[in-house]
Amino acid sequence: MNDALDVALRLLVVFVVFLTFPLIVGQTEHKVMAHMQGRLGPMYAGGFHGWAQLVADGVKFAQKEDVVPTGADRRIFQLAPAVALLPYLLVLLAIPIGPGEGAVGQVVDAGIFFVLAVMGVGVLGSLMAGWASANKFSLLGGLRTAAQLLAYELPMLLTAASVAMAAGTVSLPGIVDAFEWWWLPWQIVGAIVFFVAGLAELQRPPFDMPVADSEIIFGAYTEYTGLRFALFLLAEYAGIIVLCGLTTVLFLGGWHGPWGADGLGWVWTLLKTAILAFVVIWLRVTYPRLREDQLQKLSWTLLVPLSLAQIALTGIVKVVIS
Amino acid sequence: MSLAAATAAAARATTAAAESHGFLSPTGVEIAFLLVGLVTFGAAIVTVTTKQLVHAALWLVVTLGGLAVEYLLLTAEFIAWVQVLIYVGSVVVLLLFGLMLTKAPIGRSPDADSGNRWAALTVAVAAAAALVWVVVDAFRTTWVDLDGAAAGSTEVTGASLFQSWVLPFEALSVLLLAALVGAIVLSRKAVADKATPALPTPGPPSGTLPPSRTAVDTTASGEQPPAKEGTR
Repeated sequence: MNDALDVALRLLVVFVVFLTFPLIVGQTEHKVMAHMQGRLGPMYAGGFHGWAQLVADGVKFAQKEDVVPTGADRRIFQLAPAVALLPYLLVLLAIPIGPGEGAVGQVVDAGIFFVLAVMGVGVLGSLMAGWASANKFSLLGGLRTAAQLLAYELPMLLTAASVAMAAGTVSLPGIVDAFEWWWLPWQIVGAIVFFVAGLAELQRPPFDMPVADSEIIFGAYTEYTGLRFALFLLAEYAGIIVLCGLTTVLFLGGWHGPWGADGLGWVWTLLKTAILAFVVIWLRVTYPRLREDQLQKLSWTLLVPLSLAQIALTGIVKVVIS
Repeated sequence: MSLAAATAAAARATTAAAESHGFLSPTGVEIAFLLVGLVTFGAAIVTVTTKQLVHAALWLVVTLGGLAVEYLLLTAEFIAWVQVLIYVGSVVVLLLFGLMLTKAPIGRSPDADSGNRWAALTVAVAAAAALVWVVVDAFRTTWVDLDGAAAGSTEVTGASLFQSWVLPFEALSVLLLAALVGAIVLSRKAVADKATPALPTPGPPSGTLPPSRTAVDTTASGEQPPAKEGTR
């Protein structure tokens, strides 16, 4: 009975994190973007600096009519948002935020593989949405999504492999346990490549070619309304949480910090994740969208060679110090 | 109870457990294994019989995902996640990409039937029979110990792969490399053939273009101005 309670409690905590953290990132994005562009952002909903804006948005989305286009493939069209959203919930289960068994939803032996595999599944949701909408802009968005995933999955995997080599394990808590401060300069190239590839996989600006509003309206999500559209948005922000959490765990040492290692490790994890999420927002405001060919070129001619070089460096250092 | 008696009792219990493996003794894991197997089998059949191309690709996702769950139930966790990563995450995405790029109508595509239905069925049944026979014959008395240390954890898989099976592993990598080089050669040849009869065009010579460009660059041509930054 105690085991069942424990499992239920862990699932509940992960679910609450899954529902609240993306909203926090979304609200932060509203505010940070606004201030970087010399605006105020939402100010009315909820009173204090518009803190309840996203709650109000959620209520609005829930009230909207759920439209399925006549020519669409009904079932796949309706299933797509769930396929896009659920993988991120599963990934959150495996990300450790503190030392010990208590601070991770579920210890997965092959954690890196689990996380990257399940994250890749989420893209199927965009593909299904793009195809099933029976809309040429959506189809183009789906195509671009697929091309982008194929290009950026490889550097992401290679850099994750580099960290796994350095730590000698593929378990996420194991990697953070093995972390030393000098890994930071050692793995910095891998960290940047991983983060950039992750941004591209999430289709965040400057890699938002698949949803480029000025060209193909909103890509795969053009035909979606109401709650299903909100689910896609939620998937994007949950994806930011997952990506930043993963980068923290793999490259920035997770719960390790200059002080407060006992008991306060989770604060470090959350702090690093929050800073990375801020960087994600910052990049969106700073850089213009890459063109499709530039996007492919960046991955194949820059990120893949860099990640291979990082693997070589990791191997050499690993052999030298052992 | 003395230590020796306890050990003997434990040994008896182990033997009893080993003997109790009848044909499909219904433990929870085995029932789950069978059920998932049925779902996987059904999804596989739908994959090859459905008249809708994209649906076939999506049912393939269910099939491959079901296989991954079967691996998980057999404690081969590493293989399961690699299965999801490679097949669901990459191969099916590539398939869908190809379908969308060429022909992916919504609804039925009656012209997508090859006409080799019976030949294909014969080959499939023969291959399945051979595989089932070989596997059953090879592993007749082998049981996966579900309670002990995972027999398919990353560590065990890695150790056996790079100690016992390192030569096949390396041979496979060379084979894959050859396939990769072959694909590049073929695609570049196609580009060169197309470029020869055409008039000289402004811009970089097509020989220097990456082969993926023609496949990927669906809308943005090189001459377009960079896309404007937009808030979405």
